[in-house]
Amino acid sequence: MALLVVKFDLKKRVKLAQTVWFMYWFAVLAGILVLSLGLFFKIELRKRSELMDNNESHFLPNVLIAMGLIACGINAFGGKVCYDSLDPTKFAKWKPMLKTFLVFCMGFNALLVVTALLCFVMRIPFQFTLAEGLKNGMKFYKDTDTPGRCYMKRTLDLMQIEFRCCGNDNYRDWFEIQWVSNRYLDFSAKEVKDRIGSNVDGQYLMDGVPFSCCNPSSPRPCIQYQMTNNSAHYSYDHYTEELNVWRRGCRDALLSYYGGIMNTIGALVLLVTMLEVAVTVGLQYVDTSLSTLANPEDMESESEGFLLEKTVKETFTDIMAKMKAMGKGAKVEEGGEEGVATVS
Amino acid sequence: MALLKMKFSQQRRVRLAQGLWLLSWLAVMCGAFIFCLGVYLKIELLRRDEVMENTEIHVVPNLLMMVGLASIGANWVASRVCQDSLDASRFPRWKVLLLGWFAVAMLLCCLLLAVVVLSYALQGSLEESLKVGLRNGIRFYKDTDVPGRCFQKETIDRLQMEFRCCGNNNFKDWFEVQWVSNRYLDFTSQEVKDRIRSNVDGRYLLDGVPFSCCNPASPRPCLQNQLTDSRSHYNYEYQSEELNLYSRGCRQALTDYYMGLMNSTGPGVLSIILIQLSVLLSMRYLQTAVEGAMALESPEGESEGYILEKDVKATYADVKAKALDLLKFAQVDPTSEAAGAEEGEKAAEATEKAATPPPAS
Repeated sequence: MALLVVKFDLKKRVKLAQTVWFMYWFAVLAGILVLSLGLFFKIELRKRSELMDNNESHFLPNVLIAMGLIACGINAFGGKVCYDSLDPTKFAKWKPMLKTFLVFCMGFNALLVVTALLCFVMRIPFQFTLAEGLKNGMKFYKDTDTPGRCYMKRTLDLMQIEFRCCGNDNYRDWFEIQWVSNRYLDFSAKEVKDRIGSNVDGQYLMDGVPFSCCNPSSPRPCIQYQMTNNSAHYSYDHYTEELNVWRRGCRDALLSYYGGIMNTIGALVLLVTMLEVAVTVGLQYVDTSLSTLANPEDMESESEGFLLEKTVKETFTDIMAKMKAMGKGAKVEEGGEEGVATVS
Repeated sequence: MALLKMKFSQQRRVRLAQGLWLLSWLAVMCGAFIFCLGVYLKIELLRRDEVMENTEIHVVPNLLMMVGLASIGANWVASRVCQDSLDASRFPRWKVLLLGWFAVAMLLCCLLLAVVVLSYALQGSLEESLKVGLRNGIRFYKDTDVPGRCFQKETIDRLQMEFRCCGNNNFKDWFEVQWVSNRYLDFTSQEVKDRIRSNVDGRYLLDGVPFSCCNPASPRPCLQNQLTDSRSHYNYEYQSEELNLYSRGCRQALTDYYMGLMNSTGPGVLSIILIQLSVLLSMRYLQTAVEGAMALESPEGESEGYILEKDVKATYADVKAKALDLLKFAQVDPTSEAAGAEEGEKAAEATEKAATPPPAS
């Protein structure tokens, strides 16, 4: 009992071939879309690679790029086959490869589903990458004279301005590191000596933040220094002050940004998977409808198209039997050779 | 002597019609592109509306949008004419419309050229408008509690950060304005009292700038206050410090940005003018060729297409004569009526005279 049998006459076959050909061209565009999404994600990761630790993995965008290229190739080939399917002579040369091609397509679709799942899951390791990278970034904020780290200040400042965030978890992270370079500290001044003496590592710590943490929506000019000292500023209470600096931490901000990108890409890849499944099913019908012609010589005769030759259970047992036979065949060969060896 | 005459066989006419149909659809896309360009420019200008004082520069995107829409319509009509041109029964109804269409197409080309010229000519007006708008913005920076001006601070801060500029001409503009609101000044402190007394208007002026002027590329944490005093910061020299703040003024930055936008669209607009002109010329050839073919005894034969029926001088003389005729016709009418009335009177008198003697006799 074949699965999902559909009867086809010539007109219906032609229509089916045309529709599937059309859908294949859409699928080529979808493959290009996946490729460009992978490229976009790769570029976005590269842009902020300084803020991620060295183990940042480009695995996901590379997979997307590869899948996009393969999808383009498969769909172009499938479109060509559909185009030729209306001409029996041209179709005859594609006929032998179609079965393997369809199996390959199914495997590719499964891989696409896995890719989509990856997009949703990769958020978790990404979180740790970001946390580590941002912590280091803040530590190197002051090292504008160290080669290799001299752009960290600019990167962090621009990032805090663009993503409207301050520090790792919140603005207090800046209180715990020295972000003013020693080059700009007057070591003969009492204030500097006090601050350096006040902690174990001899760091110049202060309750201030860089200017990039300032919130332009604040009604008052930005208060960056002596933030915890209410008496240092007129009409200021640091417990109730909300608009002065950005309250969100940069790890959260970046995570939600990249998480949003990954979710969107995952959803789009799922849609592309559905399209791919549809064209694979369409090609299967085209293939079977052309192989089951009632009268092989007459192109106008009726035929049947089906999804699977037998029911799902039977197909499954068939595949298992084939695999067992292949396994046994290998064993029997060895046993036969041994038998021959021992006999002689 | 017709201008730029060309012979058209039936096949050539068909080719011309098909080519013109494709070209007119291309021109429709170009019209849509011009419209979108106008919309984009208008949105960009509206985004920074708060720092511009007048809207003279808006004439450029408005013209672009109008011309875009008109061009879409005109070129769509052209494609319909092409479709009908090879059918002798349907073509004549377009005859009258075509004259108007030529006028509209010429007008569109002229308007597009005017847009290109205007986008250069209005640069001065844009700068003036920005100067006044930015000056007001900087003056009202502190008024975050005054309705209608409460967003001025956020607007100016975001503008300075996005365009990497400070103040109107440079950062010293901030020294001349009180940009800290009185709400946050402690009037009992000596420093505040000194500063307020130090100038005529009683304003709290300082040699400091808002945080949005800070340049992230500076190697040192941003210095915002006491900028002119080299001793107030360690290892700081006011005259030679370049990277601390943005050195460009916002008026210059914004003008450069908008001029860059309009200049980069210049080549596109010029090439669209060329496309429109070629549609116009091809339509003229098609019209004259098809009309010539319809006048022939055998419609499948050769006909001539031209741009002007006579050469430029003769056409100009013709047009002048026609215009004068129209004028003369308007003038001659009253005098000929008077002459007719006189004649009528004379005739009436004559008949009266003829009528009166018989009773006498």
